[in-house]
Amino acid sequence: MSDSSLGILIIWVFVFVYSVLGSIDFGAGFWSMVFAGQKGIKAADIANRYLSPTWKVTNVFLVLLVVAFVGFFPFAMPMLSSLLVVPVSLVLLLLALRSTFMVYSQMSSRFVPQLRIVSGITGLLIPGLLITVLPVTLGGFVELRDGHLYVLTAELLTSRTLYAHLGFGVASELFLSAVFLADYAREAEDREAYRIYRMIAVTIGPLTLLTGMLAAVAMHPEAQWIVERMKENWIWFALSGISFVVGFSALWWKGKGGWTGVPRAAVVLIIIQYGLASFGYGSAHLPYLIYPHLTVEQGFTNHAMFVSLLIGYIVSTLVLVPVFIWFWLLFLKDKRYLKP
Amino acid sequence: MDHVQLARSLFGSSMAFHIIFATLGVGLPVMIIAAEVLFHIRKDSDYATMAMRWTKGFAILLGVAIPSGTIVGVMLALLWPGFMEIVGQVIALPFQIEIWAFFLEALFMSIYVYAADRLKPWMRIVSVIFVSVGATASAVLITDAHAWMNTPRGFTFKDGVISSVDPWAAVFNPSFYTTAMHVALSGFMTGAFAVASIAAWKLLKRGIDPREAAYHRKGLMLALIIGGVMSLATAFNGHGTAQMLQTYEPEKLAAAEGLFETQAYAPLSIGGIVDEERQEVRGGIEIPWALSFLAGNSFDTVVKGLNEFPRENWPPLFVHTLFNLMVILGSLLILMSFGALIYWWRSKKPLPKWMLRTLMLSGPMSLIGIETGWIFSCSARQPWTIYHIQRTSDAATSASNLGTLFVLFIGLYVLLMCVTILVMWSYFKRNPVSRDLAAMNQGA
Ligand code: HDD
Ligand code: HEM
Ligand code: HEM
Repeated sequence: MSDSSLGILIIWVFVFVYSVLGSIDFGAGFWSMVFAGQKGIKAADIANRYLSPTWKVTNVFLVLLVVAFVGFFPFAMPMLSSLLVVPVSLVLLLLALRSTFMVYSQMSSRFVPQLRIVSGITGLLIPGLLITVLPVTLGGFVELRDGHLYVLTAELLTSRTLYAHLGFGVASELFLSAVFLADYAREAEDREAYRIYRMIAVTIGPLTLLTGMLAAVAMHPEAQWIVERMKENWIWFALSGISFVVGFSALWWKGKGGWTGVPRAAVVLIIIQYGLASFGYGSAHLPYLIYPHLTVEQGFTNHAMFVSLLIGYIVSTLVLVPVFIWFWLLFLKDKRYLKP
Repeated sequence: MDHVQLARSLFGSSMAFHIIFATLGVGLPVMIIAAEVLFHIRKDSDYATMAMRWTKGFAILLGVAIPSGTIVGVMLALLWPGFMEIVGQVIALPFQIEIWAFFLEALFMSIYVYAADRLKPWMRIVSVIFVSVGATASAVLITDAHAWMNTPRGFTFKDGVISSVDPWAAVFNPSFYTTAMHVALSGFMTGAFAVASIAAWKLLKRGIDPREAAYHRKGLMLALIIGGVMSLATAFNGHGTAQMLQTYEPEKLAAAEGLFETQAYAPLSIGGIVDEERQEVRGGIEIPWALSFLAGNSFDTVVKGLNEFPRENWPPLFVHTLFNLMVILGSLLILMSFGALIYWWRSKKPLPKWMLRTLMLSGPMSLIGIETGWIFSCSARQPWTIYHIQRTSDAATSASNLGTLFVLFIGLYVLLMCVTILVMWSYFKRNPVSRDLAAMNQGA
């Protein structure tokens, strides 16, 4: 494998990890808002109990993604910056509001309702905005003027493909977070919260498939190349579909102790489903970062830096893995935390 | 304003905002460690209460430190693509390694806060030490990138093309050690003085309960000791930083001191306004020979003046004032903290009101020192983003609609500042020290 393929593979892994963690994180924030008002139902509690210790860690994955991208693909920056400044700045603004207000809603009981609403709604908007970057990379919405790329904003805002992507992003976020929280509630042995999140997952699951198909169908004429490539890569999407069907059915399997559904199996299979599909999509996207203006190879850094970065990642992963495991045991396994 | 200036304003103000929370994030964990350790040595539950309350304050501040850091991190990539193009090839390592530091801090912070009741006492101390290591390492690593911008090494630059890259030579560039030390020490001192300010303010309250007064006095004493030692160390090390400028960035030192003519036995000017026409500092106090001594430890050291350099490469001249502010505030803080401690040890009496009133100012003063220091360091590097390699205008993005974003972000920072103060105030109002102290007594 060439340096640049390995580089883009690592970036893909980070994008995927952040999409999953981010969806769960933002989704949990949204559900915590939705169920906040209802007395006696602990669905909001479960969401908050997951969020309190984890949101910082999730946020670091976002920073990791940006820093790794700039590290591996520094030459892509001059072209990309003018394209991304506005949408990404808006994401940053919302992200700052959401993180701050979420932390504060746990600190100050006086302002809880207002703070929660802000953190819940921004949690829905951020993934939506982030996913709109995808159609832009596929061609048809950018124009090259003296070495810099610019978005054709009006054209983008009036395109079907944008809204299809948006629907897909939001549905996926809500689905993933609901399945995950169902599993978390199962771990905490909270039947009431489990019932609610399982219901939501069962309802939204098919919607994600539908919006996903829509996003593929509603591609811009100039983006037809990726549809063709995705057809060539059909095997990944087929496997992904199977993984979804089995994972979704796991919500009806008979669990131990009279629970309907085995949410752990559902979560794992659904994450695999997204992994397979996004790998298929990602390999169809190659070699372009932005079709047809920017390829992976054009953006890539030099060999010496690449090797140092790789060593850096290997060492840091080895150092951090034990801490992550301890963290997992304390907040995702320990009954004393889950069931106070 | 053209887009380069807008990019500078947007980035500079975002940094100035982040740095408030980030510096406290570096300083407060040290105070928390000190309190936790003292609790174990002295078995005085007041220190446990301090650690707990400071941790709450710290957790509130992190709610802004992390998103504002995310903002500057991403903005750096978007607003300065030309700069990032070189950074990515030469000095990507500290940015990457910094990610571990963030992970360390975020993981252990959650463990320390949300798993405290399930940890053994020594595990709590280990966790909070890792929080502090993570925070300090974040500061040191980002400062590494900043130091490299001042003294770039580890590559060959010819006709706009980078070659022969040596990533580790870039990491260990000549100004790294002194600069990183300076940033870490000034961060520790700021954390301590922030605590001192609040303790002094509480002690000034009329009719304060004696039990509470005793608690705040212990906090104030601890903060003054740490703050005093750190401010002294900051000043000594700052002297080293200035000598580093003399060797590697003489324009910056000349602008900081408003020196126009190259000379031995150069005088040090404090205050005043640098006047380009008259080639002197107007209205400042001049100490003969002092600058030469500061720059090279001997009075006959030759210090380069601004006229040595082409006019278009001069830094802006207002940086003289920023530099003065930092140094004066640092010197005052040394006097204030040691003055109060000596008074305390000699007289064995509580500090008089006027002293408490000045100590109340120590936290804000320290933060102003941080702000002026950073703005000095970034502005006095102008017109270069990477010293003698890349000009700021070549580093900037070509995006044109930054004006609206600038207004939006300023609005965001004002809003977050107000909400933070409101939440801090309401949290500590609802959970007064007296209640925590009573709870501790019952528990004990
Ligand atoms: C409370 C904060 C504080 C205090 C009291 C001081 N400093 Fe400082 N100084 C900083 C906080 C700071 C800083 C914010 O951390 C800077 C900005 C960039 C950097 O590396 O550190 C800095 C930069 C900085 C620089 C520029 C380095 C560069 O541009 O590369 C010099 C020469 C000094 N300092 C020297 C001093 C001296 C002689 C002091 C004597 C008392 C002093 N500082 C006190
Ligand atoms: C000397 C100045 C700086 C200091 C002392 C400092 C320190 C800190 C600290 C203590 C945090 C909280 C870390 C955590 O809990 O995870 C933080 C967050 C952050 N800082 Fe800064 N920082 C400085 C400048 C910068 C600059 C210039 C950048 C960008 C290039 C930056 C990028 C970030 C990012 C991305 C985060 C968020 C990390 C997260 O998601 O947890 N910082 N910084
Ligand atoms: C943390 C406190 C900091 C503050 C308050 C600060 C402030 C500023 C200001 C005011 C400017 C605009 C300067 C001008 O155009 O006159 C600027 C520029 C800049 N700073 Fe800093 N800075 C800080 C730290 C850093 C660090 C740690 C880095 C390095 C990673 C950094 C990198 C830059 C870059 C790349 C620019 C734009 C290019 C330039 O103007 O040279 N800054 N900063």
